[in-house]
Amino acid sequence: MIAFVLRRLLQAVAVMLVVSLISFALFNFVGDPINNMVGQETTLDERAELRRQLGLEDPIPLRFARFIGNALQGNLGVSYRMAEPVGRLILSRLPATLELSLAAAVFALLVGVPMGVYCGLYPRAPLARLFQAVSLVGVSLPTFLIGILLILIFAVHLNILPSFGRGEAVALGWWTTGLLTAAGLKALILPAITLGLFQMTLIMRLVRSEMLEVLRTDYIKFARARGLSNRAVHFSHALRNTLVPVITITGLQLGAIIAFAVITETVFQWPGMGLLFIQSVQFADVPVMASYLILIALLFVIINLVVDLLYYAVDPRLRLDRPGKAA
Amino acid sequence: MAMLRHARAGVWAALLLAVGGSLAEAKPFRFANDGDVGSMDPTFRNETFQLTFISNIYEALLRRDRNLKLEASLATEWKQVEPMLWRFKLRQGVKFHDGTPFTADDVVFSVNRAATAPSNMTGYFASLKEVRKVDDSTIEFETKVIDPLLDQKLVQIYILSKPWAEKNGASKSTDVTKPAEENHATRNANGTGPFVLKLRDPGVKTVIAPNPNWWDKAEHNLTEVTFSVIQNDATRVAALLSGEIDFIYTVPPQDTERLSKADNTKIMQGPETRVVYLGFDQARDELQESNVKGKNPYKDVRVREAFYRAIDIEAIKTRVMRGQATPVALMVAPGINGYVKELDVRPKYDPDAAKKLLADAGYTQGFETGMDCPNDRYVNDEAICQAVVAMLARIGIKVNLLAQTRTKYFAKILGPGYNTSFYMLGWSPASTYDTHNVFEQLLQSRNPAAKKGAFNVGGYSNPQLDALADKLEQEVDKAKRDAMIADAHKIFQKDFANIPLHQQALIWSMRKNIDAVQLADNSFPLRFVQVK
Repeated sequence: MIAFVLRRLLQAVAVMLVVSLISFALFNFVGDPINNMVGQETTLDERAELRRQLGLEDPIPLRFARFIGNALQGNLGVSYRMAEPVGRLILSRLPATLELSLAAAVFALLVGVPMGVYCGLYPRAPLARLFQAVSLVGVSLPTFLIGILLILIFAVHLNILPSFGRGEAVALGWWTTGLLTAAGLKALILPAITLGLFQMTLIMRLVRSEMLEVLRTDYIKFARARGLSNRAVHFSHALRNTLVPVITITGLQLGAIIAFAVITETVFQWPGMGLLFIQSVQFADVPVMASYLILIALLFVIINLVVDLLYYAVDPRLRLDRPGKAA
Repeated sequence: MAMLRHARAGVWAALLLAVGGSLAEAKPFRFANDGDVGSMDPTFRNETFQLTFISNIYEALLRRDRNLKLEASLATEWKQVEPMLWRFKLRQGVKFHDGTPFTADDVVFSVNRAATAPSNMTGYFASLKEVRKVDDSTIEFETKVIDPLLDQKLVQIYILSKPWAEKNGASKSTDVTKPAEENHATRNANGTGPFVLKLRDPGVKTVIAPNPNWWDKAEHNLTEVTFSVIQNDATRVAALLSGEIDFIYTVPPQDTERLSKADNTKIMQGPETRVVYLGFDQARDELQESNVKGKNPYKDVRVREAFYRAIDIEAIKTRVMRGQATPVALMVAPGINGYVKELDVRPKYDPDAAKKLLADAGYTQGFETGMDCPNDRYVNDEAICQAVVAMLARIGIKVNLLAQTRTKYFAKILGPGYNTSFYMLGWSPASTYDTHNVFEQLLQSRNPAAKKGAFNVGGYSNPQLDALADKLEQEVDKAKRDAMIADAHKIFQKDFANIPLHQQALIWSMRKNIDAVQLADNSFPLRFVQVK
């Protein structure tokens, strides 16, 4: 067991290093931050001097080594754009992203599962067809367009929900939350729907097909033969058995939601990490971009590690460390 | 009993009136921009939006009025007493937001802070020898050379409280290269200005409230100002339409018409002092991006004139800019000292004459050239370049356009490489509001040692213009100086050194109940804002 975890951790470190190296190399192509950092009157000498002081003249491997070295000591550098320590900058944006992602995931589950169940039970009902059509929209429309449409309807025309920002956030220590104020909750609705819509459709379609599958199985027939009520058959027998893949998918998708929050955050000016990242890209603010990508990589690695460990716990076949012993 | 009830009703009525009255008076103001102010540190970045926002909190010795003319601020009188000596009388009885009195020491401290690296404002002080306190209400600036524009420059140099800065370890400007602790002045501010910083959430919002002890009489009627960053164009416009925001500073060009026709919003527009122009590489003996080998066609004035005459500026104005541009023929615009109306006449658009000029220069078949253009810096920048490409195609010039984001674009075309053959740039002499800055930075021969021509990307060089610019730099007599500027303009025009295109329109949009003053330099001081 320990060997398995260690091996996994080692792999995770390797993945992190590769991801950070690739992202760091890519930054060479976003451009030169210096001209964004200074005003038009700044002389060329001053620009060159600043570039030298920031170490932008050095070759990429050296800069990468320096960045990793500092990062290991907990120092992610200072943002070129905001002149603030990157670690604190990202930490201050983390709660907003996590709250939004969680809200989106909850929305996707709470709406997606019942819709899927309904479509699975009554595949020919008009409402089920409507759900199917809606889900097609969710899959095919790009996130930013959905966001803009929601803003147009609920903020501009109906004027009932805010079009941008996080409303009022309350600070609990270093964590800020928008879940405790009415304005914060109202501000969460549109971005959470926008972000969760794709996952909702995914879950709905998954639950629907799983339900259709399960309802054809023998044990459902037996359950019916035993004279159980429809309710008991549908929910305790059928639905419960469809949930295993749903939970797996949702877990894995949580990472995707956090990573894809970039677009939703940009549309709704949601003050999370994704927005910070986009703003940094436009400015070529390398320390922030590098730190963000490494953080996201870390997140994926952790989620995958946890999933692997869960499989390990669930599937006895994996517990045999060496294939030789399997027989 | 009845009396009592009446009395009570009266009290309630009075209370209601008071509440209602104060509600009617309360004028919070919410505005948004696509980008944030970089920092609250007044010397962090020399950039218009940054400096204009900070001017609400910090003040300089002088400030600009609605017509961009200098007026007294923390200094009450100022004079160039000798060619190399300026004297300023300071306003008495002014207090910083934290209650400490404003003194001559604060001025000396703040000027030195701004003039010393890592300040981003050091460029303003090339001529400064020393700033010194004469007595509690007098400051002197001694310069190394004659600097007739020192007062103009000081408008951007904001005064901090020396005791406050020293107490909080902010005696030096923010240094982005030092990954140490954050400078206290990055998130905190203590000025003498009309507004006090209440909340600073970088990248999200900044809240300021009026300074009740401000020395000047407030022209605004605001009780609180919230500045939000809304990066996405569509969201920013939606927030204005839905009334969550009262004012947006950057208006997406495609939404201008809609915002001017909507029920609750209006548009305010006027020409900006920035001039957008096209420039040629006239320095290299062979262009980097061209099929002409062994020589540089742009060294020939006939080629430059041909390009100029081939560009249909009216078409760019009406089609590309949808009328939101003012064509210019000089490198400076009205509002800048040294703009000469009589000279602001463009040579006629004439593609046939252009073809003939090209033929005279030996390019009967035209030639191929590269062109560099930003796509997120000026209004419709890429579209303008595309229009130019089409117009030049008509006279046989094949242009290979490379439009990139500003971050990549400027890295390519600016010095020391100047890697471009034909490029677009916009410039406003924002430090001095004087034409000399344009000559010095854009048109004088490149000379890094003398700090001349740093942004003369094309390397245009004319000794006559160089001499004139150097001479007028130290000319104190305004009439003589203006005459020299006019002469230099004429040299520029005779040489077809660049192709000035237009001033793009400054566009602000706001709710109908907002009154603002639009300054041609795109600065937006809140002290002129009224909410009705």
